[in-house]
Amino acid sequence: MSLLALQLFRRWETLLVVLLIAFIVLGSTLSPFFLSGSNFSDLTGNLMEKAIMALPLALIIIAGEIDLSIESVLGLSSALLGFTYALGWPLWLDIPLVLVVGAMGGLLNGLLVTRAGLPSLVVTLGTLALYRGLASVVLGPRSVGGWPEWFTNFGFGDVPGTLIPWPLVVFAVLAFAFLFVLHRTWIGRQIYAIGKNKEAARYSGIDVAKVKTYLFILSGVLAALAGVILTARFSSARADNGQGFVLDVVTSVLLGGVNIFGGEGTIVGVVLAIFVIGVLRNGLTLADVSPDTQSVAVGALLILSVAGPTLVRRITAARPRRQLTSPVSNS
Amino acid sequence: MSETSPVLRLTGISKRFGAVQALTDVDVALFANEVHALVGENGAGKSTLVKILAGIHQPDAGRIQLSGEDLVLSGPAAARDLGIAVIHQHPNLFPDLTVAENVFVGRLPRNGVRGVDWGELNRTAQRLFENLGVKQSVSVPVRGLSVADQQLVEIAKSLSLDARVLVMDEPTASLSSHEVERLFTIIRQLRGRGVAILFVDHRMEEVFEIADRVSVLRDGRHVITAPINELNPAEAIRHMVGRRLETLFPKEQATIGEIALEVRGLTRRGVFSNASFQVRRGEILGLAGLVGAGRTEIARVLFGIDRADAGEVLVAGKHAEIKSPKDAMRLGIVYVPEDRHAQGLVLDFSIAANVSLPIVERLSRLLVVDRVQERQIATDYSKQLQVRSTGVEQVASGLSGGNQQKVVLAKWLATKPTVLLLDEPTQGVDIGAKAEVHRIISQLAGQGMAIVLISSELLEVLGMADRIVVLHEGRVAAEFARDDATQERVMAAATGHVEA
Repeated sequence: MSLLALQLFRRWETLLVVLLIAFIVLGSTLSPFFLSGSNFSDLTGNLMEKAIMALPLALIIIAGEIDLSIESVLGLSSALLGFTYALGWPLWLDIPLVLVVGAMGGLLNGLLVTRAGLPSLVVTLGTLALYRGLASVVLGPRSVGGWPEWFTNFGFGDVPGTLIPWPLVVFAVLAFAFLFVLHRTWIGRQIYAIGKNKEAARYSGIDVAKVKTYLFILSGVLAALAGVILTARFSSARADNGQGFVLDVVTSVLLGGVNIFGGEGTIVGVVLAIFVIGVLRNGLTLADVSPDTQSVAVGALLILSVAGPTLVRRITAARPRRQLTSPVSNS
Repeated sequence: MSETSPVLRLTGISKRFGAVQALTDVDVALFANEVHALVGENGAGKSTLVKILAGIHQPDAGRIQLSGEDLVLSGPAAARDLGIAVIHQHPNLFPDLTVAENVFVGRLPRNGVRGVDWGELNRTAQRLFENLGVKQSVSVPVRGLSVADQQLVEIAKSLSLDARVLVMDEPTASLSSHEVERLFTIIRQLRGRGVAILFVDHRMEEVFEIADRVSVLRDGRHVITAPINELNPAEAIRHMVGRRLETLFPKEQATIGEIALEVRGLTRRGVFSNASFQVRRGEILGLAGLVGAGRTEIARVLFGIDRADAGEVLVAGKHAEIKSPKDAMRLGIVYVPEDRHAQGLVLDFSIAANVSLPIVERLSRLLVVDRVQERQIATDYSKQLQVRSTGVEQVASGLSGGNQQKVVLAKWLATKPTVLLLDEPTQGVDIGAKAEVHRIISQLAGQGMAIVLISSELLEVLGMADRIVVLHEGRVAAEFARDDATQERVMAAATGHVEA
C-alpha cells in the first residue's frame, strides 16, 4: 500500500498531475473566469500548435537529437500557405504543398545530422534562422487574409455542440498515434534503443540514420501542419507566425520527463506537461501578466524540468543500483 | 639468493570486482637485490596486484608489510611516499613538460622566493640519467620521446624518490629488442643497488633472462614461487595454464561441412590488406594476432559496420554485398562485439528487450511488438545458455559480465545465424562463466554453425580453434591446422618473426 504510493510518487507523471492541479487551483483563485468553459476552449485552442510540435520533438529528443527549427518551419508553412492562396490556388492544393515543404525542411535537417554528421543542436539552430528567413522571402512583411469560413472555423471553432476546439481533436488523434507508436511498436523500441545506446543499436542492425531522418521529416510535416492550423486560427498568414514557440515546445517535452540526453520519456508525460504550461500561461494572462514576463515562469520551468527528473531518477536509481553490487550469480 | 627478510611482503591478498574474484589469497614476497617475475595469463590477476601495490585499488583482505611493518596503501601518493614506485605499461607523463620537469613534478627545486631553480633542476635530472648510464637530454619535452625513453623517465623519477620497491607492469610490451636489452641492463643496475623489483610479464624468454625468482598466478590465485633455476619455461607455462587446456576448452567433435564464409583479398586501406580465409560449417576458425593487427577491423567489415576498399566476400559460395549490419544479418552473419557495454547491450533494457532487439521488427504484428513471443524467445535462449537472472524482465546492467555476454550471445542466436563472429567473447568474464561460454561456442559449432573466434588469449584460440589464421599488421602472416599450432609458432607469426 505505502509501497504503491511510493512508486506512484516516483513516477514523474504523478508529479505533473499534482503540478497541473496546483496550477488550476491557483488559476481559479486568480480569476473567476478561469474555470469557465469558454476559457477552457481558449486555453486549449491556443496551445494546440505547440502541442502538435511537441509530439515529434519528444521522439527526436528520446532518440538523442533535437529540432529547434520547428517554429520556423511553422512560419514558413504559414507564409507559403498565404503566398499560394493569394495566388488564387485552391486550399486543397496549398495545404498538401506546405506539408510537403515541411517534410523537405525536416529532411534537410535529417540529412545534415545523419549524413554530414553535424550536431543537431547546431544544424537546427541554423535552419531556425534559415527557414524563418525563407518565410520572409516568400511573403515579405504583409499578411494574407480572406480565408474561407470552413478553414478559419477549423482554426478556432469548436466541434458542434461541445467546447472542444477542432485543433484539439487533431492533437488528440495524433497524441494517441504517438502513444501507440512509441510504447507499443518496434519503431518505438528502436527509438529508445538509439537514445540509450546508439552504438549498440547500430550493432543490432538498426539503421540509426534512417530512423533519425524519418523523425526529422515527421517533425517538419507536423510543424507545417501546426502552421496551417495557426494560420486558420488567426485568419492570417504571416511570415513571423509562431516566433518564440520553440521555448514552450522544448519546455513541454523536457518538463514531460523526456531526458535531454535521450533514451527516456513518455508521451503521457509530454501531454501533461503541455497542459501544465498552457494552464500556467493562461492563468498568468488572466492575471494581466504580459507574455514576455510569462517567459520568466516558462524559463524557470525549463530548468526545473531538467533538474527535476535527474533528482527523481536518483531516487529511483537507488534500488537497481543496490542490485548491481550483488549480481545474480550465486549458483 | 639471500634468505634475509623481505622488503615487501603481501599476505593473503584478495580482491573482488562485482562478480569477478580477481585475486584470492595471494602471497608474494619481494627481496632486496632481486628481480621477482610475476607471470600469468591475461586475466590471471597480475594487473590487479600491480594496482594494489600502486595504491589504486585497496585489497578486500590481506596484509601488506614493508620492512616488516603493516601498512595501508590508501592511494598512489601514499605508495610513492613509502618508496614503492610503479611503472605502468603506458607511462603516465605530462607530454608538454620537459624530461626534468616530469622527473621532479610536484617537487621542483626552489630558488629563494622567486621560483623554480631551473639550473639545479636540470643538473639533478641530468645526474640521474648519467647514473643510469643513459644519454638523455633533460630539457626536451616528453612528447616525442619513444615509449622506451618515457619508461626511463619514469625510472629516473623513481630513483629520485629513493624507491625501494620498483614494480614494472609489462614494461617490454611495446619495446624493440634493442630497447629491451637496454632496459634489462638498467634493471640489473638497480638490482645491484638494492632495489627490490617486481617484473610483471608473460614472455617466458624475457622472464628467464632477467628474473631471479618467479611467481605464477592463475585465475587470481598464487600457484607457485620458485627460484628461477628450479624451473624451466615449459614448467612455468604449465603452471600458468594448469590443466585448463583440457577442461576449459572442450571443443567437441563437429562434422565439418561446406564453406560458409569465404574472404578473398579483403582490404581496407590503412587497416588490413589482402586478407583471405574461409570458414566451414561446424568449424571454429581462430583469428590470432596482437592488438591492432586488424582482427576486429576485419570482423567489422564482415558485419557491415565498415566497408572494404577491395576484395570479395562469399557467403555459402555466393558473392555477398554487405553494406550494413542488416545486410550481414540477412546473410546469416552476426557479430558479438568486443565491447559488451558500448556495442553489445542496451544496459537499461531488460534481457528480453536486448535479446529481441535485432529481430524486433520481425516479432511485431501490425507494428505492435508481440511481447508474449518476445518473452518466450528470451526465456528459451536464456535457458539454453543458462543465463542467471531473476527473469527475462531483469535489466541487463544488473547482470554479471559472464551473464551479460550470454545475453549478447542469446540475442544473436535468436536471429538463427549461420556465421558467428566472436570478438574477445570471454574478456572480462569470470573463470566459471568463461568455461560455460567455451562450452556454448563448441556446441554451436557442433550444430553446424561456422564460427570465427577472435581472441587475444592464445590458449583460448589454441584450445578452441580447428584452424588458426594469424594476422600481423593487417596481413595474414600464417595459417595453422589445429595440430600444427603451438603457442610459440602462433606468437612468432603474430609478432612478425618468420618461423625458423
